[in-house]
Amino acid sequence: MELLVTTLICLPFLWAILPALIHNSKCRAFFVYLGCGVVMVLSVITAVQWYLQGGKTLELNLPYQELFNHLFLAGDLFLMCLITYLAFKYKKYYAAVLAIAQTVLVACLEQWGPEVAETVALRFDWLTFVMILIIGVVGSLIGIYAVGYMHGYHIHHHKELTDRRSFFLAMIFVFYGAMFGLVFSQSLIIMYFFWEVTSVTSFLLIGYTRTEEAIANSFKALWMNLLGGCGIAAAITVGYLALHTVNLYEFINIAIGSPSEMICLLPIACLAFAAITKSAQFPFSGWLLGAMVAPTPSSALLHSATMVKAGVYLLIRISTAMADNFVGNMVALIGGFTFLAASCLAITVSDGKKVLAYSTISNLGLIVACTGCGYEETIWAAVFLVIFHAVSKSMLFQCVGAIENTTGSRDIEDMQGLMSIFPKLAFILMVGIAGMFLAPFGMLISKWAALKAFIDTNSVYVSTLMVLFICFGSATTMFYWTKWMSKILGISPREKSRDLTKKNEYISMFVHAIFLVTLILGFPWLSKHVLKPLTHDMYGTFKQVISYQNIIIMIVLLVGIFVIPCINYLFTRNTKAKEVITYMGGANAGDNFNFISSTGDPKEMHIANFYMEDFLGEKKLFTPAIVISSFIIIVYLIIVIGGSF
Amino acid sequence: MSTIHKSPWLLHYDGSSCNGCDIEVLACTTPVYDVERFGVINTGNPMHADIFLITGGINSQNADVVKQIYEQMPQPKVVIAVGTCACTGGIFKECYNIKGGADTVIPVDIYVPGCAARPESIIDGVVKGVALFKEKAAALAASERK
Amino acid sequence: MAVSTRMIIAGCYILLAPIIIGLLDGFDRKISARMQGRKGPSVLQPFYDLKKLFEKEFLTANKTQLFMIRSYLALMILSGIIFFAGFDILLVVFAISTAAMFLILASTATHSPFSSQGTHRELVQMMSCEPMELLVAVGFYLAAGTFNVSDIIAKSSVANIIYLPGFFVGFVFILTIKFRKSPFDISTSHHAHQEVVKGVTAEMVGKEYAMVTLAEWYESAILYGIIGLFFLNNNPLSLIGAIVAALVVWFLEIVIDNTSARVKWQLMLKLAWGVTIIAAGMNLFLLEIIRANS
Repeated sequence: MELLVTTLICLPFLWAILPALIHNSKCRAFFVYLGCGVVMVLSVITAVQWYLQGGKTLELNLPYQELFNHLFLAGDLFLMCLITYLAFKYKKYYAAVLAIAQTVLVACLEQWGPEVAETVALRFDWLTFVMILIIGVVGSLIGIYAVGYMHGYHIHHHKELTDRRSFFLAMIFVFYGAMFGLVFSQSLIIMYFFWEVTSVTSFLLIGYTRTEEAIANSFKALWMNLLGGCGIAAAITVGYLALHTVNLYEFINIAIGSPSEMICLLPIACLAFAAITKSAQFPFSGWLLGAMVAPTPSSALLHSATMVKAGVYLLIRISTAMADNFVGNMVALIGGFTFLAASCLAITVSDGKKVLAYSTISNLGLIVACTGCGYEETIWAAVFLVIFHAVSKSMLFQCVGAIENTTGSRDIEDMQGLMSIFPKLAFILMVGIAGMFLAPFGMLISKWAALKAFIDTNSVYVSTLMVLFICFGSATTMFYWTKWMSKILGISPREKSRDLTKKNEYISMFVHAIFLVTLILGFPWLSKHVLKPLTHDMYGTFKQVISYQNIIIMIVLLVGIFVIPCINYLFTRNTKAKEVITYMGGANAGDNFNFISSTGDPKEMHIANFYMEDFLGEKKLFTPAIVISSFIIIVYLIIVIGGSF
Repeated sequence: MSTIHKSPWLLHYDGSSCNGCDIEVLACTTPVYDVERFGVINTGNPMHADIFLITGGINSQNADVVKQIYEQMPQPKVVIAVGTCACTGGIFKECYNIKGGADTVIPVDIYVPGCAARPESIIDGVVKGVALFKEKAAALAASERK
Repeated sequence: MAVSTRMIIAGCYILLAPIIIGLLDGFDRKISARMQGRKGPSVLQPFYDLKKLFEKEFLTANKTQLFMIRSYLALMILSGIIFFAGFDILLVVFAISTAAMFLILASTATHSPFSSQGTHRELVQMMSCEPMELLVAVGFYLAAGTFNVSDIIAKSSVANIIYLPGFFVGFVFILTIKFRKSPFDISTSHHAHQEVVKGVTAEMVGKEYAMVTLAEWYESAILYGIIGLFFLNNNPLSLIGAIVAALVVWFLEIVIDNTSARVKWQLMLKLAWGVTIIAAGMNLFLLEIIRANS
């Protein structure tokens, strides 16, 4: 087991050298496929083997732990130097300040700080199990997709950009390694290293095209994530100086043990703050939106399987220490608020990727809110959401990327009648969207559980606000997904054209679709064999989150939603019907797309969705949302920090 | 027993009328005449309509429109021309742009004369149209059975 | 509740809901006519209309419409069964919005200007209503400690309206939107106004339109059922109170319909959300406080 885990963490880092060195396109593609395959197989083997061993929590060290500790420290310093160099190169000095401050702090404490209890480096439990499967499987599929996509990106669409594919593909592997390390680490020092690696890697990926916008956005991502890194550094400092441990689980136990002592809550608050920046909650949502400038595979990677999931992962980890206290309230309110605000903003944008970005933020908001509540049901719901969200979001991003490569636009308004011109792409898009919000798929079950838990939350204010957030948020979520969905179906004025999507892109997307359907159908199994032991691990009790009766109803609904349309389709397929043109006040010019204008000439009709920009527009809502969420964070942090001294 | 005649929904189209007849058509839906007591609904949609009620003559601009709307109405359907203009082209008949009455483009079943047609006669026409509607429905059902 | 009882009630729902709601609709048209000084159509008029629509020739601009509308109807009936068989009320709300999805998809599939316009307004209507529908479920959970409809009735010794007046007000408010009554008949014009032709249903011909009407009747039955739920308790006699309440609300909606002019969607959204936050939000907050103190 030890060997497997070590290989899983180290192999992607080492494999990253291959695409970086090989510049022959075919040869590199082969090694990337092979690498992704190896990572996927390795993660599945590790997970399955652990599962077969009975799913017991394992504590393990890396071989040559001492050496690795030095390596991590050296890595920290290297990253600091890299950031400082780039910051000076592009004259963004604040990034350098943030990087130097935290790295020096952690390094000094490690070298000359007070003695702390020796901790075991890694830990393998149910949550890790879920995470490595997500990273390994969904992440590698994105890697496979990336090869074909980047080819099309440079050869067909962006000939003006320097071809740095080697670098791009190498960075993807680094990302896998960092994520694996992050979810395994038990010692905060090690986690801090991997955390910084993900921050820097995402920064490099976002700045891939080196355009002015890309550089500006990448630095935005960098400073926000470094700020989060400061949170972890602060937690480590508190650990060294006050609690005499740097073990994440010790922190959690201490916080649970004495919930009224603010000093015990302080590291949890710092970690929660770090996680909030990483998972792009308001007020730190800007970086994820800016990340859209990067090529699609990196957006898919940042949004679904990795990066933002790192933040959520940490929150789920510490959620037991957040039940019904100030930190939990802060996290829940930020999450709930983000859920609502981001979904309102998603209504007002028409760029497909931007809608996906806002919906990521919004969904993560729901997950974050669940963790902040810190009850067993909400953790159950949160993990469920993490799984569903990873798969469907990765699929949606890939699909929108493929649509953009094929049709030349990712604007939702241009997707009118996609079903009739590119049925395969449209089908994937439909499955993805349905997976995101339709009853009785993943979101619904989670929303059900979350709503129930929030009503039961102790704090009156938090409970009331959270219920309102969820109720309004689900209404707005429904709005933006439905209007997108309704755009895809139907007929298109455009002629069928050649589908430029590469085979490997389709393989990746269809595998995702199959996963999603399997997850939906296998949800009772998943609940029983993965989520139940997971929550049992964290809470020590078994609780039937969703009653047997409701599972039956959901299955009935599920069957209904699959079977009813199919049966109806079969029944009505041969219905005799006279085809007529649609009603346009009798002024159609012979078809459904043109009408006779007042000059007597046919004109094309345009139908646009509602965007409500005057009502909920970005200009109107974004700044207030940041102000409100900053206010929430600052107030709660002051309470916790002030209480500790 | 067929009750199809109890629910005749009406589509009102204004050709090149002087609006006199249109006012009278609308008057039929007011409390004084209350055409809804026959189950008539004044719908704006050919796809839902059973009775196509035209006022005003046909000109070269609206000829296609009238034809198209007629095509979009599902069978069985009845066409009623209300007012002299819709019946024959009326006072505008000799105008350079006027083709004539509604029957120049679509088959008309019932003619309601008058300038403007009085609400009583319009209702009378509609009631006749409803009877025809029932006949047509029966004929359609019979032909389907064969 | 025994399985057989659940099945009997659900069966009654499937058979009786269209008859009862159709009759209520017929009386609605009669009463509206009398309020306007007209004679009005027969009370059986809605049934005549429905029957005629089924008998009309079938035209279509897009064949996929028909199967989506049938799915809409089927899923709406399924939601009703979940409700009347006494299962989870929150799932009922989710199921209703899923069913409504199919209506939306059916109407945009045609690429028609009027139905697209209507659809987007319909979406706004759904967005206005959904928070309140979810909150009603939350309210019942707070009052009775369960989402299960049968348990809500069995566990309450007094009518839940005592705890949930704010929720009731909010719910009655959004019912006007749900029933597509003036001033909120935005997505499909109910009466002779023809601004968006027939909105969502503009491209639905004959039996398609009939099925949509039928689905709306089934939905109305669920909504009246929720109104009744506010008044039901474990005393069987409370059923009378529930029926009376549903009838009062029904009459109130007719009065509102006949005394108001339609508004724009912006105002509707603001009003609906405003009422939801104020009436239901306050009520929610108070219930939470009471719970925290007890």
